[in-house]
Amino acid sequence: MKINELIDSHSELTDTSSNRSAVVLMTRIRLARNLRKHPFPGWAKDAQKREIREQCMQAVAALPQMKRGLAIPVESLDELQKQILVERHLISRELCHSKTGSGIIINKDQSCVVMVNEEDHLRIQVLRVGFQFKKVWATINTLDSDLEEHLDYAFSPKLGYLSACPTNLGTGMRASAMMHLPALVISAQMEKVVRAVGQLGMVVRGLFGEGSDASGSIFQISNQTTLGESEEQIIKHLHGVLTTIVDQELNARAKLLETDPKKIYDKIGRAYGILQNGYLLNSGEAMNLLSLIRLGIDLGVYADTQRGLIDRLFIECQPGHVQHAAKGAFEPGQRDVLRAERLRTEFAKMPPPDFSNTTN
Amino acid sequence: MANPLKCDLCVQPATVHLTQIVNNKIHKVDLCEACAQAKGVTDPSGFSLADLLLKSSLNPEPTGDIRCESCGFTQQDFKKTGRFGCPSCYNFFGSFLEPMLDTMHNGIAHTGKIPQRAQERKTIDERLNQLETDLNLAIKAERYEDAARFRDELSQARQTAGPKPL
Repeated sequence: MKINELIDSHSELTDTSSNRSAVVLMTRIRLARNLRKHPFPGWAKDAQKREIREQCMQAVAALPQMKRGLAIPVESLDELQKQILVERHLISRELCHSKTGSGIIINKDQSCVVMVNEEDHLRIQVLRVGFQFKKVWATINTLDSDLEEHLDYAFSPKLGYLSACPTNLGTGMRASAMMHLPALVISAQMEKVVRAVGQLGMVVRGLFGEGSDASGSIFQISNQTTLGESEEQIIKHLHGVLTTIVDQELNARAKLLETDPKKIYDKIGRAYGILQNGYLLNSGEAMNLLSLIRLGIDLGVYADTQRGLIDRLFIECQPGHVQHAAKGAFEPGQRDVLRAERLRTEFAKMPPPDFSNTTN
Repeated sequence: MANPLKCDLCVQPATVHLTQIVNNKIHKVDLCEACAQAKGVTDPSGFSLADLLLKSSLNPEPTGDIRCESCGFTQQDFKKTGRFGCPSCYNFFGSFLEPMLDTMHNGIAHTGKIPQRAQERKTIDERLNQLETDLNLAIKAERYEDAARFRDELSQARQTAGPKPL
């Protein structure tokens, strides 16, 4: 598969009609793995990195799970293509900055990705829409075991899988869920949640990971520690914390509807008006408006059939996707025009809000 | 005690012995008077053993220059990047890593997945080697019945071993 075919084909995240989950948008697990006899990517010479890449990419691409996917060195992608992959949560920003010797393997439906020579030799990632840790863990566990048949992993019985950074030692696993928490944001409870989650050994980040903002009320919540507990224990613990947050969000929604329904209806209704009629929308504003529409769907204001569209627009209104759709490089100001145009077209087709039978 | 304890940070005899519980784990340090003064151990209000452990281990002066013999990565490099050079670094930096792991993680020992197939592969390889040796010995000794049996076992074992690594 070629990169442009991949970008234009349906992906796990942009084809989310199967997602029935009101709060959890996506589940993701990544594993950090390294080869035993080679220096980590940050310390390896360019020639060594290329050798490692060849060995890893050959082994990964041979897996039946990755068949008919894309396998490509990072340096042969242009900036826009890399940005699109970042916006789809397939690769990290760190990998984009890699000058030489890094690679990417993505499977056909874009649910499994392996980054080669990012911080570690291998970063294996599996993602699925909705709240599906069991399924995602089963998939990635098999993928990892299959890969290990062909690659000699660096492993210590005491410290587990050895990683470039000691924060990833042990399981090398980061499990995360992307959550849509508009009611907790509106009712100013997010700070409290972030603090509580931190005390439970989990981390809250914005939509695009470390350092990104939380536009669209979307947060990524993941485990902080990787050593000392088994993968199943970490996932179970995280699952428990996430379930509590889902409950908190649903409670906050109920409370908003009970105490001041007009305030929330106003926000949801205005979002529709702006998306249908705006001419300049930056990505932050677009995300926040789409977030309100998604909340409206959860509350029964808009039809549930629109959910797939909104989840897709969350990704397609990002700067890289906007430029790709318009087939060129555009300045932020021009992108805002293009984004608003796309959203006007989509929302012209969407039936108006109906506040008569809101549910929670 | 036959030999008086030496200070953890220099070579003077230790006269200050401190025990502190951090994250439910007991940590002990033994310091000479000068180092204890310098590290502020005598000022109970502003002292944390965890800080001391972390700082003393991250500080290259007292422990000298740990260097990974496999890739040449030094403690200074770690201080700069926060990452190690190669998997073998963990063999050389163990002593200063452990206190860090304790604050970083939920324990200091791995209890999760073990690369199962690597272990199986090792066992199978060992068995294949054994059978090959047995077969050669039997042929040399002209024990042909035994040799035939070893040959069959070997081909069966090779089949179950599956594809070799790339």
